[in-house]
Amino acid sequence: MKKPIKIKPLNFSGDFKYAPAPEGTEHIQLKEKYSLFINGKFVAPSSKKYFDTINPSTEKKIASIADANAEDVNLAVKAARNAYDKTWSKMPPAERGKYLYRIARIIQEKARELAVIESMDGGKPIRESRDIDVPLAAAHFFYYAGWADKLEYAFPGKKASPIGVAGQIIPWNFPLLMAAWKIAPALACGNTVVLKPAETTPLTALKLAEIFQEAELPPGVVNIITGAGATGAALVNHPGIDKIAFTGSTDVGKLIQKAIAGTDKKYTLELGGKAANIIFEDAAIDQAVEGIINGIFFNQGHVCCAGSRLFVQEGVAKEVIRKLKDRISTLLVGDPMDKNTDIGAINSKEQLSKIKFLVNAGIKEGGECWQPECSIPSKGYWFRPTLFMNVAQSHRIVQEEIFGPVLAIQTFRTVEEVIEKANNTPYGLSGGVWTDKGAKIFSVTGKIKAGVVWANTYNKFDPTSPFGGFKESGMGREGGLHGLMPYVKLS
Amino acid sequence: MATKTASKAKPKVKATAKSAVKSAIKIKSTSTNGSTNGHAVTSTRLDVRKTYKIYIDGKFPRTESGRIYPLKDAAGNIIANICRGSRKDLRESIVSNRKAQSGWSSKSAYNKGQILYRIAETLESRKAQFVDILCKQGDSVSSAKKEVDTAIDVLVYYAGWCDKYIQVFSSVNPVESSHFNFSYPEPTGVVTVMAPLKQGLLGIVNLVSPMIIGGNVCTVFASEKYPMTAVDFAEVLNASDVPGGVVNIITGLQKEFIGHASSHMDVNAILFSDLDQAQRKVIQENASLNVKRVLDFSKEDMLSPYRILAAQEIKTTWHPVGN
Repeated sequence: MKKPIKIKPLNFSGDFKYAPAPEGTEHIQLKEKYSLFINGKFVAPSSKKYFDTINPSTEKKIASIADANAEDVNLAVKAARNAYDKTWSKMPPAERGKYLYRIARIIQEKARELAVIESMDGGKPIRESRDIDVPLAAAHFFYYAGWADKLEYAFPGKKASPIGVAGQIIPWNFPLLMAAWKIAPALACGNTVVLKPAETTPLTALKLAEIFQEAELPPGVVNIITGAGATGAALVNHPGIDKIAFTGSTDVGKLIQKAIAGTDKKYTLELGGKAANIIFEDAAIDQAVEGIINGIFFNQGHVCCAGSRLFVQEGVAKEVIRKLKDRISTLLVGDPMDKNTDIGAINSKEQLSKIKFLVNAGIKEGGECWQPECSIPSKGYWFRPTLFMNVAQSHRIVQEEIFGPVLAIQTFRTVEEVIEKANNTPYGLSGGVWTDKGAKIFSVTGKIKAGVVWANTYNKFDPTSPFGGFKESGMGREGGLHGLMPYVKLS
Repeated sequence: MATKTASKAKPKVKATAKSAVKSAIKIKSTSTNGSTNGHAVTSTRLDVRKTYKIYIDGKFPRTESGRIYPLKDAAGNIIANICRGSRKDLRESIVSNRKAQSGWSSKSAYNKGQILYRIAETLESRKAQFVDILCKQGDSVSSAKKEVDTAIDVLVYYAGWCDKYIQVFSSVNPVESSHFNFSYPEPTGVVTVMAPLKQGLLGIVNLVSPMIIGGNVCTVFASEKYPMTAVDFAEVLNASDVPGGVVNIITGLQKEFIGHASSHMDVNAILFSDLDQAQRKVIQENASLNVKRVLDFSKEDMLSPYRILAAQEIKTTWHPVGN
């Protein structure tokens, strides 16, 4: 028999420290006050009201943002309808595509500025906004640009035509990327758009409006109106909207589905998730640990497809948890503008209190909570990466979407057991499977009821890859060939 | 299959039990009068009537509620006592659907296609029966014949899609990173189906075929006007190797079902084709309780793989490509 090897705990309190590596902010251009982007121009809101958008890592105000009321929404929808009737739906599709290519190119040119603003406004590490959010946003426009004049090949046996005016409501976790996911396929298919960014992260959408101006996109083709829930509700309920595309919480998605009952509005919903990330004994453990980290701590866990429920097969549970704790202890939590930062600021005060509330509920329900002893800045909204052990399927932290850096760990013995547990949720957005056995990958990924399944990887995105949920995680797909479907009428 | 006479309904629910007895008496009186009641009466032999029951999990139980409604012909004569299904029947049906779903969807495409084709074969051999029963419920012979022929052809059409729609609607996605990435359709799950009022046979076949061929399972709420056809069609399903629970058929008053069929929390989608604006609104509102897919086939082509796609969820799988 092999002698068990005694494992020494790793020491992270040594002298080795990272020097600060802040990304410069001097090159970015921001106005003090942003109005609404309607019919190709920035116009003052008829409400005359503005709200502040703040930097969640410093709690300092960045700019004043217009608060659109029902009248503003109406103006935006009218502008979109006018542009649809007179310009966009009549334009040769190849020309539509060329505008989208232009937009993609300008996003690439301004990538650095957009990344910095994204991290300032939303709190995400610059490493992520620079390497993921902004390049993917450009890639989405580039991908769908090419579809504009090729739609006749996308739907066998059918002719695709645009729907009309799309009302699009996007969340705060990937502000620019979600705008690209929504706008690019809508425009490629010949629709026009009224987009409402989230109230805590409106800046990159407004910078995108400036890019549309620079690209000379015809006025009214995309209108961007800022505001909170009331603005979104006015958009959803506006009779001039033909289609609603929403990304956000399942609760709000249900409200939208109910609100448009009895109308002919089409809709796609990309809602919440509580993904199972499953580690089998035969997985490459070190790679799996990296995958778990990326699965739950990417973007502070503000990811609808986050791998927030970890299932580890019993034989490797101890090893995985030990390695996970070691790895988490090396994560740097802090200034989003620092290129070394792994976990940035929680997006808002409101979200921070929601995370704290659910974590407290987890502790009260008897879960074993673990956090590293990392330092966090005194100002701003922060939450340490958190593990929960000894939790049950019925616990709130296992059932509810936390949308923060909190991982609930459970163990399992058999494939059947873990599939049962993984699917025991109203959600069905994503999942992860880690094993070195090919046959097991196909059997388990086939049985997980979720729209995106990552095998031996996690949280990968691409414009060619459809994304969207089963069950209460929503309906319709964004990305890829399947992402065209929500923006066309077939005849 | 044991079939007992209608008058044995247990008097669980007082009021309805009474009305059941009443209707039974009515039928007796009409048949002794020799008036047209849909059953041939000869002087030498008393005809054997069929008890119409609902179809759940491959079995033909009576409605749990013990309620019935009388089905009348144009002259107002009662042709049959039809089970007036209840919310409890619906719940049991959904439990049976859910139990059957993974087994049905994991059958090979070839196998599912053959089973659908088998339904068409069985229906073809019972054509005369279906023409007869449609006529009893008020159709003309020519329209009944046309309807049965069309229903058989629709079944054959969808049988052929079973091992093809996945190819048509799947993709391998050329992602930028070093991953193999593919997307393909998977069944949405349990679907409640409000059969259209008209076309007692074709209405069901049109809606159910694209659902089950895609691996979904259904609870069908039959047309109030054509419940006999619906139950006879259940017998066809039962005789065609369709596993129990894949298609359940409940007769009754659709207005009693719309609310429950759209609000049940273990139903993934609701399908209809001829509901009015107010009914659609109720369904869409209830659907929001668990983000049900609301499928309206009133405008879609009858023969189209896009009907199959309507109750499919696209799943995308990623795997690294490396050494």
